[in-house]
Amino acid sequence: MEALSLFIKAAFVENMVLAYFLGMCSYLAVSKSVKTAFGLGLAVIFVLGITMPINWVINEYLLSENGLFQTDLTFLRFILFIAVIASMVQLVEMIIEKMSPSLYNSLGIFLPLITVNCAILGGSLFMVSREYNFSDSVVFGLGSGFGWFLAIIAIAAIREKIRYSAVPPGLRGLGMAFILTGLMGVAFMSLMGLIGN
Amino acid sequence: MAEAAVQTKEPLFGKKERKLLIDPLNDNNPITVQVLGICSALAVTTLVFKALVMSIAVVFVCAFANLFTSLLRNSIPKQVRMIAQLVIIASLVTIVELVLKALNYPVYKELSVFIGLIITNCIVMGRLEAFAMANKPWRSFLDGIGNGLGYGLILIVVAILREIFGKGTLMAGSPVEMKLIGPNNEAEDIVYLINTAAESGIGSYFSWYANNNLMVLPASAMFVIGVLIWIQRSWNRKLVDIS
Repeated sequence: MEALSLFIKAAFVENMVLAYFLGMCSYLAVSKSVKTAFGLGLAVIFVLGITMPINWVINEYLLSENGLFQTDLTFLRFILFIAVIASMVQLVEMIIEKMSPSLYNSLGIFLPLITVNCAILGGSLFMVSREYNFSDSVVFGLGSGFGWFLAIIAIAAIREKIRYSAVPPGLRGLGMAFILTGLMGVAFMSLMGLIGN
Repeated sequence: MAEAAVQTKEPLFGKKERKLLIDPLNDNNPITVQVLGICSALAVTTLVFKALVMSIAVVFVCAFANLFTSLLRNSIPKQVRMIAQLVIIASLVTIVELVLKALNYPVYKELSVFIGLIITNCIVMGRLEAFAMANKPWRSFLDGIGNGLGYGLILIVVAILREIFGKGTLMAGSPVEMKLIGPNNEAEDIVYLINTAAESGIGSYFSWYANNNLMVLPASAMFVIGVLIWIQRSWNRKLVDIS
């Protein structure tokens, strides 16, 4: 039950995009059509779900004071986390290329982009600052990935439709995307009641 | 040889160099035009002081990452350039984090995750890829400062709007805190410039005033930036999105 409420919290109430603005760069750049947004969203869920537990293990058993080296190595956290993320993305890319070339072709360009998606590193840093345990980190990773997926699908669908509307010239494109994201943020906030407090 | 002689004659701070600094402030603003670095930006704009600290950090990281990458640009193999760049950025961010932790712990606590996220700030990566890998150190350094300032400008404008309308203060949490509008609380010694609880004087005309709580919510940053983009594009027509 606790895991479920953490999942819902990560996916809806504290949505990576709509509450913390993480991963906004690729969110705005890749949300012009639903099809590509869908592929990127799936890849983000996958990478978040993998890197979060790995980073948890690294943080707990290598960097912390009671870890392998018995010294406080937390100043290495940024470098190690980003290295894990970069290598994981590389690995995922290679696996997908071998297993399913068709999926690889449709995702191709977006996979390397995930390395610099702030939602991935942000998720790991949130996990550290909120002191999650191992199972929490898995649930939190999948939940926030799912939230990111939902957000990008929703904005892509809206942007596909809004192309046919009469938006003032200065607001066309980027400006409108920002305001829509703001409105979505307000809407998602109303889901706060779901987790009880 | 002739080419080298010409290059030494170039002024240290000429027209081109000035353009590198000024361009990112408006025509090529990292946030409103290049759409980079929004990730770690908006959550820190609830208070002007936080936004200011964040902007200084980004200017520092962006300028020095550009400088070092540019110095190393001929010895970084193309295949591993991403990793090399990330290591440079991550080390600079670690320095910023440690300095901030020592200087101002409360602000560090509030910014914690977002300082770390400068690493994945697309402005830094983007400028390294687009500029520092192909240009001389001094120019890259200026380009880094320019882009950092362009980012900081938007951040601070958004933060000023959000703080004044959301909290009625300016620079809260810093030594030069100003309380602009709100009801005085004598028990806790809180005095505002315009006291909305006053019986007479200017404050009495503002007794209807209440802080806009929407401005404290994350979503309002999106609205403010959306409107800023609208204003900028209506004034700078060449930026309008035609597609």
